[in-house]
Amino acid sequence: MDLSKLPVKPTPELGIFLLLAGIAMASAVGVIFFRNAIRSALCLVLNFFVLAFLYFTLNCEMLGIVQIVVYTGAIMVLFLFVIMLLNLGAIQTDKDEKLDIKLPVGIMLGLGLFSLIASQIVPQMIKIQTPKAPDNFGSPQAVGNTLFSNYLYPFEIASILLLVGIVGSILLAKRRLNP
Amino acid sequence: MIQWLQQLMEGFAKWPPIVQAVIRALLLVLPILTLVPGIIWYERRLLSWMQDRIGPNRVGNFRLPAHWKILPPGLRGRKFKLFGLLQPIADGVKLFFKEDVTPASVDRVIYFLAPALALFPAFALGATIPFGPYTLLTPVADVNIGVLYMLAISSLGVYGVVLGGYAGNNKYSLMGGLRSSAQLISYELSMGMSLAAIVLATGSLRMTDMVAMQEQPLWGMGGYGQIFQNWFILTPYGFISGIIFLVCMVAETNRAPFDLPEAENELIAGYHTEYSSMKFAVYFMGEYAAMFIFSAVFATVFLGGWNIVPINWGFLADNSPVLNGLFGFMKSMTIYLSPIWMVGKIIAGLTFYIWLRATLPRLRYDQLMSIGWRSMLPLATLNFMAVATWIFISARYGSAAGIGMWVVAGVVVFTLWRLLKSIDKGADLEVRTVKMVGGKPAPVVEVDPERVAEAVN
Amino acid sequence: MQAYLGILALVGLAAVICAVMVTLSWVLGPKKVTPYKSSTYECGVAPVGDSRERFPIKFYLVAILFILFDIEVVFLWSWMTVFKHSSMEFMRTSFISFLIYMSTFILGYLYVIRVNAFDWDETTSLEPAKLGEAVQES
Repeated sequence: MDLSKLPVKPTPELGIFLLLAGIAMASAVGVIFFRNAIRSALCLVLNFFVLAFLYFTLNCEMLGIVQIVVYTGAIMVLFLFVIMLLNLGAIQTDKDEKLDIKLPVGIMLGLGLFSLIASQIVPQMIKIQTPKAPDNFGSPQAVGNTLFSNYLYPFEIASILLLVGIVGSILLAKRRLNP
Repeated sequence: MIQWLQQLMEGFAKWPPIVQAVIRALLLVLPILTLVPGIIWYERRLLSWMQDRIGPNRVGNFRLPAHWKILPPGLRGRKFKLFGLLQPIADGVKLFFKEDVTPASVDRVIYFLAPALALFPAFALGATIPFGPYTLLTPVADVNIGVLYMLAISSLGVYGVVLGGYAGNNKYSLMGGLRSSAQLISYELSMGMSLAAIVLATGSLRMTDMVAMQEQPLWGMGGYGQIFQNWFILTPYGFISGIIFLVCMVAETNRAPFDLPEAENELIAGYHTEYSSMKFAVYFMGEYAAMFIFSAVFATVFLGGWNIVPINWGFLADNSPVLNGLFGFMKSMTIYLSPIWMVGKIIAGLTFYIWLRATLPRLRYDQLMSIGWRSMLPLATLNFMAVATWIFISARYGSAAGIGMWVVAGVVVFTLWRLLKSIDKGADLEVRTVKMVGGKPAPVVEVDPERVAEAVN
Repeated sequence: MQAYLGILALVGLAAVICAVMVTLSWVLGPKKVTPYKSSTYECGVAPVGDSRERFPIKFYLVAILFILFDIEVVFLWSWMTVFKHSSMEFMRTSFISFLIYMSTFILGYLYVIRVNAFDWDETTSLEPAKLGEAVQES
């Protein structure tokens, strides 16, 4: 097989990307296809974890590590807690739902949407061999400088939002205190 | 010898990066794998010494055969003692061949996955810790986000615990898993805050930058103050951070006095009640490997990394009229033997863990939550804000004002503490009484000393 | 990118070791399943009901508050790396906005403490109605 005729040059970066993207895709498919909610959530954890490495390969180190800290380390723990709190087992489905018309229509619509997006994105991406971003593009220093100069206002608003989140979650949990 | 090593390193630098990365990872993982039995042996021996017992001392004693002619005459038939060093290895080999009881009611996939998820972060945690000034070999990845990576991976430890508790389908393990995960996430917050103060003072998330920062002169002193190194544990903010980190580190590894998930008398064995054979041992290994790595993080961030003592040998060698040969020798020893000093600090950290276990009783769960959220978190947050203020004041009004700020802060804290103590003079002890409904006091049992002695014998 | 190869190698290696450790005992050990051995361990008593029951909302509350406080700190990590090395002007504006940010953090924290969200003591728990009237004894 002549490797030079391929549209994409086989480089080590491509190999790593394919490995990571493959794991991410497989786990994303697993999220949908597992009947057990806990297993789906675990697939989502794996997906988020691998996604962080994809960010690393794009020089977005701060984004990648925040992905692990926030999504994998905190939010998915809450997801697991909620699933355990609600005691969700495997979904019970009836056998005669197999011939539902929704399934083929849904698959076709999904494929249509996917091909629409892919036709716009893929032709432009096929020539890109290495990320063009400079080395310190996503470093903590760059993110910090930008966050505290251009995005100071959203940053402060975020703190208010989180405060509202704290108050709201406690109010929801304490609802039965004042009947 | 050194030249040969240099040539070896130059050759190593030319290898493909992926091979280098794998070799660096192996250089981190294999020592941990081999040291874990040693740590277990060390804990058992030290704990039994502290509790006036003997501990494991049999496995590993052997006698060379008297009839072997290959051996020199002095060694034939000679006894060797390894003080039970092989006991954990024997236990491990035994556990591999034990029956792996999988209870019928477990969720099988998650039951298999949970121990692996508990061990995984313990190994992946050490990627950014430098064990010496050899950039080719030792931090597996000297990335710009070193400390944050450590925090991120240590937060994955929750999964092994909570899934182990869930998979067992046992009320005790579910309770242990929940308790433990709430404990882990609570202390993680204070741990992040305590490290944030250090990151702010260093101005970098890179672990090697932190070690370099600690090689600066102590408190920014000039003149002969440059003899000492600025280990963060010796600075006021670093001292507070260090204590908070130490407490959180013990809580994160589920060790005594924070070993509530394993509170034997109420929860059997907590989240690994249903685990047997090597799966149980994997949880055990994860705990010890995490202890090792957290001690390494503590040594790197607060205890000056690979430096042996907080003394600038290079400055001493350049400036002292006598003994500069000795100081130069010490400087080269600090550099060449740096992994040994690092491991020495890690062993000190492990000793601290074991000492705590032998000394302190287990906390109650509300005490644990109260310490984590009401003491550790505000202390770490205030410390973090004080560091930010200090940096700002030093940059704006000069370093003398910065030092003045620390003095003022110390006086304010001390006064507040005295004030609070004088207000809160009443007994702080919590009174908890249990009222038995219609209960009678338990009857007093007469004990015959002779019968007790008989039963014991 | 080059530096992250190390992390990738270590993560891969750790995953392989964990998988080997877990499967090896399953392969090597004997398997003699008996009904008593494979029953859930509850100190010799037959377990009553399923263990996957609902658990107190306090754990859920701790998890969600952890997320919120964690995200508050996450916003600051990148600032911590630049604060010390930046110009005076940037330092002043960022320090003031940091103080405003932290004031909301402290406000949220004080609220959490005020409503006893982390009080595990049953007598002052979030649902006093469950316990009836708390008995005051000294």
